[in-house]
Amino acid sequence: MPSSDYDSACLPDLLPLYYRRLFPFAQYYRWLNYGGVQKNYFQNREFSFTLKDDIYVRYQSFSTQNELEKEMQKINPFKIDIGAVYSHRPNQHNTVKSGTFQALEKELVFDIDMTDYDDVRSCCSAADICSKCWTLMTIAIRILDRALRDDFGFHHLLWVYSGRRGVHCWVCDEAARKLSVAARSAVAEYLSLVKGGEETVKKVVLTDPIHPFIRESLWVVEQYFSQYALQAQDILGRKESVDKVLALMPEDVKKELQQSFQQEKKPETRWKMIMEQARKKQGTAKKGQYFEKEIMLQYCYPRLDVNVSKGVNHLLKSPFSVHPKTGRISVPMDLKELDKFDPFAVPTISLICEELDRPRPGEEEEKSEETKENEKDAAERRKIRDYKRTSLAKYVRYFDQFLDGMARSWKGQLLKKSDLQKEF
Amino acid sequence: MQFSSRRKKLATNPQTELYTQPLQFYVQPPLENISLSEFETFAVDRLKLLKTVENLGVSYVKLSENYLSKLESESKNLNFPYKPESDDKKSGSTECDKRRKDHISHFILRLAYCQTEDLRRWFIQQEVDLFRFRFNTVLLSKQKLEFLHKNELHYNTITTEEKAALKDKLINSSYAVSGITVTDQDVYKVPFQDALDLVRTRKVYLKAGYAYIPHQDIVTIVLNDFRTKLSKALALTARSLPAVHSDERLQPLLNHLSHAYVGQDYSIQKNVGKISLEQIDSLSGKSFPLCMRQLHQALRENHHLRHGGRMQYGLFLKGIGLSLEQALQFWRSEFIRGKVDADKFDKAYAYSVRHMFGKEGKRTDYTPYSCMKVILSNPPSQGDHHGCPFRHSDPDLLKQKLQVYKVSPSGINQILELVKGMHYQLACQKYFELTHNIEDPSFSLNHPNQYFIESQKVLGGGKDIKREMDTSQRSQENSAAKGSTAAREAAPNSSQHLAEMTEDLESFFQDA
Repeated sequence: MPSSDYDSACLPDLLPLYYRRLFPFAQYYRWLNYGGVQKNYFQNREFSFTLKDDIYVRYQSFSTQNELEKEMQKINPFKIDIGAVYSHRPNQHNTVKSGTFQALEKELVFDIDMTDYDDVRSCCSAADICSKCWTLMTIAIRILDRALRDDFGFHHLLWVYSGRRGVHCWVCDEAARKLSVAARSAVAEYLSLVKGGEETVKKVVLTDPIHPFIRESLWVVEQYFSQYALQAQDILGRKESVDKVLALMPEDVKKELQQSFQQEKKPETRWKMIMEQARKKQGTAKKGQYFEKEIMLQYCYPRLDVNVSKGVNHLLKSPFSVHPKTGRISVPMDLKELDKFDPFAVPTISLICEELDRPRPGEEEEKSEETKENEKDAAERRKIRDYKRTSLAKYVRYFDQFLDGMARSWKGQLLKKSDLQKEF
Repeated sequence: MQFSSRRKKLATNPQTELYTQPLQFYVQPPLENISLSEFETFAVDRLKLLKTVENLGVSYVKLSENYLSKLESESKNLNFPYKPESDDKKSGSTECDKRRKDHISHFILRLAYCQTEDLRRWFIQQEVDLFRFRFNTVLLSKQKLEFLHKNELHYNTITTEEKAALKDKLINSSYAVSGITVTDQDVYKVPFQDALDLVRTRKVYLKAGYAYIPHQDIVTIVLNDFRTKLSKALALTARSLPAVHSDERLQPLLNHLSHAYVGQDYSIQKNVGKISLEQIDSLSGKSFPLCMRQLHQALRENHHLRHGGRMQYGLFLKGIGLSLEQALQFWRSEFIRGKVDADKFDKAYAYSVRHMFGKEGKRTDYTPYSCMKVILSNPPSQGDHHGCPFRHSDPDLLKQKLQVYKVSPSGINQILELVKGMHYQLACQKYFELTHNIEDPSFSLNHPNQYFIESQKVLGGGKDIKREMDTSQRSQENSAAKGSTAAREAAPNSSQHLAEMTEDLESFFQDA
């Protein structure tokens, strides 16, 4: 069987192997424990699991890494979601007085889903993606990553491929984890430019003056627009898609362009004509006329699911969870290589399980050494070696780097704490 | 408020000192004795004022000219402070009286509105809006600085060099700054969490987690402080509430005050089972408001609705009388015609339908959404059909839709005019008038379920619904009449007086 072929019927057979030998529990715990800076941070965290036949179990929680590991290896969840850190242990939520069990903190999260772009991509629809429309995700990450860092001052951003048609962002800074619902929704709204549902045609409206955030975002879009929108999506090629673009302009401009487009078929030149019209309009009109920018943004600007970001208690699919439909692992993305990221190259569970079974030269010798050592130690080490033998390795390595960055930030805090303790 | 313990300490009249400014943070509770009737009038008047604040906030852009003038005249009518100095010779109430009334009434409503999360949220929102209005109109600009000073509100300003470096960014981030004014204005630097209103609307420059706020926008941070303090104070008040509730004179009034804001509750299902599933298609054309008609159509076309749509439409259907069993059947039969099979429906969607009826989760019996909620919260995004068509549609699409629904061209123009002025509820009411051929209806629209009931009344369909409404109205009229005659005949006995007062209040909210 070729390794990339994934068959969802095999998932129940592969999951035990994945959770027993490949899932990076140590890093996973290291992340969610946040250096132990706050007491019970891991213990009060909600996990929820989706089991076979869409059975959904909420409010799971674990006191140690070992406990989490045992449970996951026992029930082999199809999907893992991470929820909030609560005031009490989530698995005991029924035992505390109602009203006192409350979600206190969670990473600030963003969910960008390709289905939300269906009205502006012609290559695929719904759950399908291709390398053409994936550019939209690249643009989204570039814009949001910049804004979250430069405008909001966050540092620890974990971008994760969802396994199918989108990306998630986990903002892990302490300040982000402590944000109120109101603050989360304010951040999400600050970042949202594309507004309106099926009943709205023109979804981006800019007003004077153009905010520095929008300027910065436009910078990013401009780098991709010609290659992505004009060439790959060909938005100024076919008649229907041209009409969709024209519908976003003022009446008089639209009429003029409709005529001139009859002589000119080349998308690049057509776009130049639009820009020309925009320049003319901006020279005469008193108030801001930014239709060319509005078009660029409507076609390329990230579309956020605001409701996911708002709620402290909203669940989001965990990194390293397997997507049951595609079999791909939900892996952290290294932004240094963002433009090279290919969702179709992300390893599937069947691939990495197969890689594990491939014999490797030199393995025999290692095995003989192993027997001499303490058994538990050996098991731990074998596990590390296990994922290193698969294509999962580079994603775990990147996750490690991310965690190291966070560790540096709480080192100071821990030192302060221990100093205080020594005084007594 | 502490009624007995602190009263004795009151040796001198602190009023002059307490009320030197037309606006305050309400840090000190009032310590004087007041009569029960004054207690009542103050409370009811403030509630009327807050209700006005809420209504104006929906109909107009906050702080627009109309908003300001309407709120000013309402404040004036109810004898609350409304401009910098205004001793009203005619009504005989001095500025000090007004400020006293403002002070005392605020603290009374705190008692009434501290009890639940919902009440607190409503109260804080309206008080914050009222405070914003006053900060902008009642305080002169030099008084603003004085106000900050007096309330010990200090914010960090940035240096002239920093300002020069950020000049362009600042100018492009806020309406409050232009090339000329930027050099003279102080710019404050606060964590972005303290200026959420400006962040949300992108009206401030953000850098590395800090918002740079020009002095002209300082009201935002002041409001943020006001909101935080009020929210904390309400939580504290809630704890001392049992002491107040033991006072049998106050408890009924306070309870009544707190119930007054919600308006009619359309979750009470008098009509359960009076509507059959076959009727829904025809009812949707005749008696559904546009928002529900749109959702119904989208559901029939796509055999699916996303969460926001299911909530808005599902609760509406519950409100007009669908039983849980009917609702389950309704949603299932539509969804399985699309991509969802019966098994998947039972697993993924049936839960949320039962949830809506209070049969799952925390078992809250959810109320159908009001217009305000539909207009203000959870705006539709890609793939959504919910929301208010007058608020969330492109005018061109709305026009087309109205044409399809056979609204006359002049009617369409009237509606679009209202939409332009952001009077979405009035636009919907106009749509009602035009489609039902009546002029000047006797109600003012604020709920999709109200639209349905009124429509059924006009069309004479659903006779049961009609009869029920009539009797309930008649009984209300009776009791109102009784209440007022009784009050006229008898000496102003306190409980009857209260009855009258609350009747007034009720009728006020029905008009509003």
